[in-house]
Amino acid sequence: MTILVQFAIGLLFGLGLIVSGMSNPAKVLNFLDLGGIPAGTWDASLAFVMAGAVAVTFVGFRHVLKLAHPFFAERFYVPTRSDIDPKIIVGPAIFGIGWGLAGFCPGPAMTALGFGSISAVIFVAAMCAGMVLARFIARLQSSTRIAAPVHPLES
Amino acid sequence: MAATSFTPIASLLGGALIGLSAVLLMWATGRIAGVSGIAARLFPPYEDREFGGRLAFVAGLIAAPVLVRLVTGSLPAQTIAAGTPLLIVAGLLTGFGAVWGSGCTSGHGVCGLSRLSVRSLVATVTFMATGVATVFVIRHWS
Repeated sequence: MTILVQFAIGLLFGLGLIVSGMSNPAKVLNFLDLGGIPAGTWDASLAFVMAGAVAVTFVGFRHVLKLAHPFFAERFYVPTRSDIDPKIIVGPAIFGIGWGLAGFCPGPAMTALGFGSISAVIFVAAMCAGMVLARFIARLQSSTRIAAPVHPLES
Repeated sequence: MAATSFTPIASLLGGALIGLSAVLLMWATGRIAGVSGIAARLFPPYEDREFGGRLAFVAGLIAAPVLVRLVTGSLPAQTIAAGTPLLIVAGLLTGFGAVWGSGCTSGHGVCGLSRLSVRSLVATVTFMATGVATVFVIRHWS
């Protein structure tokens, strides 16, 4: 049951990506291209996607997190860290470069697989390799450190 | 460079659907709808027993265009300009950076910002800045 629900939730996320136009890397790149503003090629759509998504989650999370526990789980797993370590700047800096090179971030790249694009398969394969590598290095670091290990995936 | 048209209404609506999905995932599983976190945990080492749910979520992402094509008979434009070497480099950087920085556009940019997380704000500003800089170098420094 919970598997089916999570499939449906992923499907809704993917539909949102398609409706919003974010399944097209060209739209993402044209948003990031601030240099295209004078020529009129800048596409501000991504800002509207963010606005729509943040508006709904801002209100929705507030209501959901008042519940005693999630419907299918015994507790909420909400990140609580607020420290600014080098990783929270270096990671996104690297991520942004990759994003700007191809116009793909993880969600739209996954959805692009369903478009039947070979390019998306190549990107996703490389992306997964990058993810595995980052987790591997982070684990090496935390296992050689005596201080409390910082989990790489916890924000 | 492929020209695209500004789609404020569709993008706002699509964004709202993404937000609704994130709210529903929090309601159902108590977890952040961060695609990089979900995708990265499909690979070992496994730290919990949520593999099936994560795989189902990603399967849903992939199934969305299949459903759209079944229902409407077509799919919106998708222009991928990058060639294979660039796709590989971009994919490696995107995947590595997203995990190293604990999230991507969905986890930090949507879920984190709406929770007023300082770390997510720093992350979002940073990847927007390097994304903009990268496109600027590629398109305007030649």
